[in-house]
Amino acid sequence: MNSPIQLQPDETFILNVGPQHPATHGVLRVKMEMSGEYIVSAETVIGYIHRMHEKMGEIKTYPQFLMNLSRMDYLGALGYSHGHVLLVEKACAIEVPERAEYLRVVMVELNRIASHLFWFGAFVMDLGGFTPLMYALQDREHILDMLEAVTGSRLTYCYFRFGGLYNDVDDQFITAARTFIPRMRKSLKKYRRLVTDNVIFRKRLTGIAPLSPEMCRKYGASSAVARGSGINFDVRRNEPYSVYPEFDFDVPVFHAGDSLARYMVRMEEIEQSLRIVEQALDKLPDGPVMAAKKPKLIKAPPGDYYQAVETARGSFGIRLVSDGGKTPYRLKLRSPTYSNMHLFDEACQGMLIMDALAFMGSLDLVIPEIDR
Amino acid sequence: MICDKTRQALADLFPPTTEPEPGNEEKPSEGARSNGLVERDYRVHGYHLDAQLDPGQLLAAVTILDELAFFLESITGVDWPATEEMEVVYDFSRYDFDLCRVVLRTRVNRNTPDVPTITGIYAGANWHERETHDFFGIHFVGHPHLIPLLLPEDADFHPLRKDFQA
Repeated sequence: MNSPIQLQPDETFILNVGPQHPATHGVLRVKMEMSGEYIVSAETVIGYIHRMHEKMGEIKTYPQFLMNLSRMDYLGALGYSHGHVLLVEKACAIEVPERAEYLRVVMVELNRIASHLFWFGAFVMDLGGFTPLMYALQDREHILDMLEAVTGSRLTYCYFRFGGLYNDVDDQFITAARTFIPRMRKSLKKYRRLVTDNVIFRKRLTGIAPLSPEMCRKYGASSAVARGSGINFDVRRNEPYSVYPEFDFDVPVFHAGDSLARYMVRMEEIEQSLRIVEQALDKLPDGPVMAAKKPKLIKAPPGDYYQAVETARGSFGIRLVSDGGKTPYRLKLRSPTYSNMHLFDEACQGMLIMDALAFMGSLDLVIPEIDR
Repeated sequence: MICDKTRQALADLFPPTTEPEPGNEEKPSEGARSNGLVERDYRVHGYHLDAQLDPGQLLAAVTILDELAFFLESITGVDWPATEEMEVVYDFSRYDFDLCRVVLRTRVNRNTPDVPTITGIYAGANWHERETHDFFGIHFVGHPHLIPLLLPEDADFHPLRKDFQA
């Protein structure tokens, strides 16, 4: 007796994507008002895995909060820790040995490559190709093994300390990193032949979800979302920190603004990160990896401090308000995907649903990092 | 230099009497301070310009920053129960090699924390304001959709207020 539902020509229906859906890569929900296959409007619902890291920042002392940062973004955790240690070192005027800073950059860049590789695999899988994920995970495994040997963990690192590093690297790590670079370059060629030059892949992405530079600015977008829209913005270049000015690397910028441009930016960034790792290993100075002079109890002088770093997902900002106590008075974490995801609602209007999911994949979302 | 340009543009908001005197600049920014524009040492604090304004001047200041092509980094709050005040902090930066980070801050009464929304100027302020409303209970007047974002939809508490007990 069930007759099919007849929709009126101008009638719309609500489609829930998520909170448990493979395309959302985590617990993210998008409430879409659909007219057939087309999205009329969308409302992103976040907060499903909100853990209130900012409150923990107020309760925990500075060193106790170190491990929280790597639990925000589980794919590119070291970039976030880097921002935190740089901020506290700036506030407390702690001098970091040069070797430690070089090694930080090596680790952050390796982590960035690992993050981009996982994104690459997952993104192509969103579009229906399964094999590239396996290749990407194989390459990523080499990085995780290297990082595990030095830091002790595979994803949620707690390697950076105020004033330096938890431990020094050994010759084995240097050798592994040096053999990884040519290996990864070879893989990049393979990815180019397998995925980037694939006609079906290109047709799915070219012209999809073009973002204007103006829209990126209104939403505060960064990373490949901004650089794919012709904005030459990379915190490593625009607001140099750590030892990044020492290295010769390019900031890839594409002007089309579509999903393919965002893809191209990230693939190009892997090569640039390899260049940075290569140069950092060449220039790696000898010496200690921990500051000799460091206060026993970390207390930031009263005032406001801000530090921005370029993580795998964009411009991560951390704002500290200190009243001179053992714990921060207020610690604000500005997560880059939060701003990048925010523009989805506006940008996906009028789009086909499968294009919108491809667009969502090109934003490189990590939900725990949005929800914090 | 964009910083000089921004400073001049923002200085118009403050009558000359409220300009900080040279002696005042050394004071730490903690606690209550009078409205005005202060230049900070970027190497220590990580930003260049720090403007504290009345909630009524906020939209004018944000419009100035919008015209100078700033983008919105984040919006957040700070609770100051000692002075019965709530502070709303806006971070701005630019996609440019001429670096200039601007912080706008405004203080409101803790019992009636009403601040005008800037979603009309920066669409991206929407989530940031909702988050600040979640955590501090700051009411952004005119916000199109001020419902909980990160907290549960029936949340009636504000966890980052200093008197919040879990």
